Formats: sequence, C-alpha cells, structure tokens
Amino acid sequence: MSASERADIDADIDAGVRAGADAPAGGPAQDAGARADEPLVRLRGLTKHFPITRGIIFQRRIGAVRAVDGIDLDIRRGETLGIVGETGCGKSTTARLMVRLLDASAGEIDFEGRDVTRLRGAQLKAMRREVQMIFQDPQSSLNPRKTIGSIIAEPFAIHGLLREKDERKREVQRLMETVGLNPEHYNRYPHEFSGGQRQRIGVARAIALSPKLLIADEPVSALDVSIQAQVLNLLRDLQRRLGLTLVFIAHDLSVVRHMCDRIAVMYLGKVVEIGPNEPVYEFPRHPYSGALLAAVPVADPALHGSDRRLLSGDVPSPANPPKACRFHTRCPKAQPLCAEVEPPLEDKGSGTLAACHFPLSREEVAQMGVRSAR
Amino acid sequence: MSAREALLRVEDLRVEFPTEDGVVHAVDGITYEVHSGRTLGIVGESGSGKTVSSLTTLGLTRRQGARISGRILFGGEDLVQLPEERLRAIRGNDIAMIFQDPLSSLHPLYRVGAQLVEAVRAHRDVPKARARERAIELLELVGIPDPRRRVDEYPHEFSGGMRQRAMIAMALANEPKLLIADEPTTALDVTVQAQILALMERLQRELGMAIVIITHDLGVVAEMADDIAVMYAGRIVETAPAARVFAAPEHPYTWGLLKSIPRLDAPRSEDLMPIPGTPPSLISRPFGCHFHPRCPYAQPEHRRIDPALRPVPDEPEHHVACLLQAPVRRRLWQRVNSGETPAQALAEAGLPGAPA
Repeated sequence: MSASERADIDADIDAGVRAGADAPAGGPAQDAGARADEPLVRLRGLTKHFPITRGIIFQRRIGAVRAVDGIDLDIRRGETLGIVGETGCGKSTTARLMVRLLDASAGEIDFEGRDVTRLRGAQLKAMRREVQMIFQDPQSSLNPRKTIGSIIAEPFAIHGLLREKDERKREVQRLMETVGLNPEHYNRYPHEFSGGQRQRIGVARAIALSPKLLIADEPVSALDVSIQAQVLNLLRDLQRRLGLTLVFIAHDLSVVRHMCDRIAVMYLGKVVEIGPNEPVYEFPRHPYSGALLAAVPVADPALHGSDRRLLSGDVPSPANPPKACRFHTRCPKAQPLCAEVEPPLEDKGSGTLAACHFPLSREEVAQMGVRSAR
Repeated sequence: MSAREALLRVEDLRVEFPTEDGVVHAVDGITYEVHSGRTLGIVGESGSGKTVSSLTTLGLTRRQGARISGRILFGGEDLVQLPEERLRAIRGNDIAMIFQDPLSSLHPLYRVGAQLVEAVRAHRDVPKARARERAIELLELVGIPDPRRRVDEYPHEFSGGMRQRAMIAMALANEPKLLIADEPTTALDVTVQAQILALMERLQRELGMAIVIITHDLGVVAEMADDIAVMYAGRIVETAPAARVFAAPEHPYTWGLLKSIPRLDAPRSEDLMPIPGTPPSLISRPFGCHFHPRCPYAQPEHRRIDPALRPVPDEPEHHVACLLQAPVRRRLWQRVNSGETPAQALAEAGLPGAPA
C-alpha cells in the first residue's frame, strides 16, 4: 500500500541526494558498487525510419525519412549529455525513442543492462517510471483544464502511488517547492502562470517519480532570455541534488556548453562527433562541428567583422541523404574518398571521437572563426 | 536631406490597446532615430513593446483599435497622421518589413514567383514579364540557387532558410530605404541564421538602406547593430552605440540580460545570474521605475519616482533611464561584471540592499 511505496520513493530520493553530493555517481546506493562504471543507457545501432507512402487506399511505400540512422551512444550515470544539431538531424527523434514515445525501426536501447526497445504492457510502464521527459513548449504540454496540483500528481495516479489524498498533496507541494513554485498555488490552472513558471511545473512533473534518466528536449528555447537562466539554473541544481542523469537537447550551443559534461553533435541522423565538453568546444575535429560553432553569434561587437567561414546551402533531405559521409556535399574539406567510404566514429587523439576522414587541425579551427577555440 | 538628418524619427510614440481587462500600454513614449546605411537593434523580451512599435510604424496596428499618439517622421511626413491609401504607397515600397516566421508570411497556394511579381507590381506599373524577370533577379540577389527554376516553385518546396531569403527578396523588391526585420532569424538554425545575417549586411552595403532589427538575441544585435535600444515594459530604458552597450552598460536590466546568457567566447562559468521575477503586466505596471520589483539595486525612492531617459555624463550618445547615480552605477557594474553577486556589489558600493 501507499506507505511502503512512499518509503520506496523517499529512499530513492535520499540515495539520489547522497550520491549527488559527491557527483558524478548516482542511482540508489546498493547499485553504486556493482554498476557505477556501467553506462545507464547504451544505444546500439539505433535507427528510426519513417515510411513515405503514396496512394490512399493501396498505400505503397516509396521511401523513408531516415531520421535516426544507426547511432551508438552511451549515457553515463549522473552526467549531463548534450545533443546538438540542426533541424532534422534526429536529436528529438532520438529522445522520443529513448522514452519509447516512438518505436525504433532497428537497434537496441539498453537501459541498465536490459533492452527496452521491445517492452510491452506492465514492463514498459515500469520502465517509463525511470525515464521522464521535459518538453519544449510548456504551453501545449500542460492540460489547460487541470489544476497544477493534479498535473504534477498525474505520475502518481498513473503508477498507483501515494493513493492517500493528503499524502499525495503533501508530496506535490514538496515538489512545487523544490522547483521554486509557491505551494499555495496548488489549485491554480496553467494559464495563471508565466512561461518560466509553466516550465517549472513541467520539471516538477518530470522529477515526481525520481526517475533515473531525465530527457529535456529544448527546455528553454520557448522562454525569454531573463527566464531561461532561471530554468537552466534550476535544472543544474536539481541534477546535482538528485544525482539525475540528464540528456539535454538544444540547438543553442552556448547553452549546451554551459550545461553539459559531454556533447554529441548530430547531422542527418548520425552522430558525427562526441566527446567531453572542453575538447568539443575548444578543438572540434569534425568540419560540421566547427561550422556549427563558428555560426553562433556572440554578444561582443568587437568580434564582429572578424572572419568566419559560413556553411553554404541547406541540410539535405533525410529522405535522400548523401552517400558515404553525409556532410560531404557541404564540407569545405571534402575529397573524393568522402563520397565513397563512410568514415567511422573514431578517436582523433584530441579527446573526441569524430566521424571524418580529414579532421580539422587547430589552425583550421581558428580560421573558421570558432569563438570557443583555445 | 542632409547626411545627418534621420531617415526615420520616432518621437514620443505611445500605443495603447483598450481591452476588457484595462488599457494595455504596449508602447509608452519612445523616441529613436534611424539613419540611412545604419542598423538600429531593438532588444527586449516578449511584451516589451518592440514589435508593436514597428508594426505601428507601418500603420499595422490601426485596425486593432489601438490608440496611437506621438509622431513617426519619415521623408518629411508624419506616418501616424497619414491616410491609409498614402501609407499603402509607402509600405512595401519605401519601408519594407520581414517577419519571424517565413512560412506563415508566404501564401501557401501561390508560387513564390507570383508573390514576388505581386510585390513588384503593387508599386510599379510594369508588365508581368518584366516583373517576372525582376523576381528572378531578386531571388538571385538573395542567393537562391537556380532562380529560374525556383521562381515557379511553391513555398513548401523551399527550405526554412530559402523561405526567409524569399521574404527578404520580396522586401527588397522595390529597393526600400528602410527595412524592418522582426526576429528575422529566430525560427532558423544557427548555420542558416549566419547566412541570413551575412546576406542582410551585404545587401545593406550594396543598397545603402537603413535596417531596424528587432530581436531578443544579444548575439544577433552584437553582429548586426550600429546602435542599440533596450526596451522594457513599453519603454526604452537604455540606448547607445552597440560597442558601449556591451562594454559599459548602464541599466541594471541590461546588466541582467548580459549576465543571464552563457557566452561562447568566455570561459565556462559556474552559474548564470538570472533576472529574478517576470516582466510586469502592461495593464497595471509597477509605480515608479517599472523595473524596480526585479531590480536588485532598487532603493526605496525608486518605487515612487519614474525615471526619464537621460544622457549619461560625458557620453552624449548614451542614454539611460535609471535613478541610481552614474558613479554608483559604474562601480556596481564593475563588481557585477567581475562575477560578484548583486548583494556583494551593493555592499561594496555602500548602498543598502534592496527590500525583499
């Protein structure tokens, strides 16, 4: 009954807090010894193809949008992993696959040693308790007809936890306080809150079940500049206090640098570069990572006018991506080899893994105008 | 017109919308100038009045029952007083505007070329074939590959970046003297954003037009603007040449904006310093300085006195609406900029802390 479940949750939270105190461990204490070095999540060959069909009655499949096309990625316990890339690179699809909002076409999602891509029914529900998501638009991800109290309590209702009304209310109010909302506003409706406060509601709902993995898909891009910082600080603070593992998806590279321990750069459904924060930002090896960083406008007019190498053209359609290296059609360094052989994601000796036959040199990074280069 | 005379001069512009809940003071007495060949960046958050002020320049708030006062001087005429048909001759001809979302600004059922032809023929009495040639020329100007083929495509066949290029082409159809760009790159990816900003700068150099760029992104204004106006709650709270706004900002709101964004060109910092609270309702704004409820440096009298936009001592081009003394402001900014919290900076400056 609820008392034991409640104790269960408290134990989880306590363990999280303890583990968070000396980051980056995480997870319940008894697991820490056995699996601390093991990644929490392992993606292996993860693929999602959306079919393109023609015809209304007799639908024929005429192709596929290769949104995510075979990615390998480890998410370590207690870390913040950033996924960056432009529209259509597959970053949001990857997030949706991980929470099983979408079903993978191929590949594995190994969560704590178990492949979760084929889970159904009760097992799927149990897994979802461990993996929660924060969405971009706090307006459309909250039901306008429900009070904040019942929105945040929804996870408890779904999983049949804290059945006693008073207990549930106490827990919800505690969560509201944790994310910086006034617990007295329990009975208010989403429209009575500002954008930043709504995003806090989304955060409270996501951490209600003390998940092991929290996925934030563009959590601040709909917010005003002055409010963004409030939500970013909240996420960082919670991550430390609760020892959460956070996947942070965003297109704003300055924000990702601020938030994340490791960064994966995606292009057309593939991971093209991955590594710890500093090497990725200070010495990117993939020409796409370099171009992406060089394109970020920085708030300093003194730097204006300094040379920047701009990418030409648009991202090709993921329905018909270029062969071999997908970036070769826009890459300033492309050679004939790049159109013939797909480069593997491998160690380039400077701290990151990059999928490139002709990785950037330090001089080239400087010439491109990457402002975070060292 | 002499070189120093402003192309556009907005004087004490006020725009109010009467609603059931009360009067929304969207724009509350703003004054600014834009010169040919220069770029003014208007920075502010949602609800600061930055978009309403530009829409009003083009007469686009008239139909929404707005109460407009003040003057908008352009080419010797006051656009606020101008009759609709005269304004139509200016709109899209002398002054053009591009919006944030290129998809909803283009008609989905007409070919891109047809929409460009319409923009040309709305103001020039030229045959269709000539206008079509002009459309192709414009697409080429904004860097759309294969313009002869693309001119006959529909907006959905264009990518996001190409649609915004098409919007710019349409805005440039009649070589406007002034281009107003309202968040022109917010919906675009960074690499495409960089292309569009570079395109706007190139076109400005080639055509000599003035640009007003409205954005919430300090990086974008740093790239684009010669002068910057920072708006808060319907007012301009600080205005100065771009370099000064970033090097020696005077208003605590501007400090807050600069300190709440992570910077790519600076070392990775520990924590961001957000501006507490949320922007005020434009129906019932706070008494005194509108920013005082969110200002960590507010003093008791700031709740009563409404500051005017005044020149900063020894800096005639730098104006600020703040009740703190100039030397105090400078000390505070130095402290805050070097990473101290507002409370530490206040203590150093010998000021009492803001009431909670």
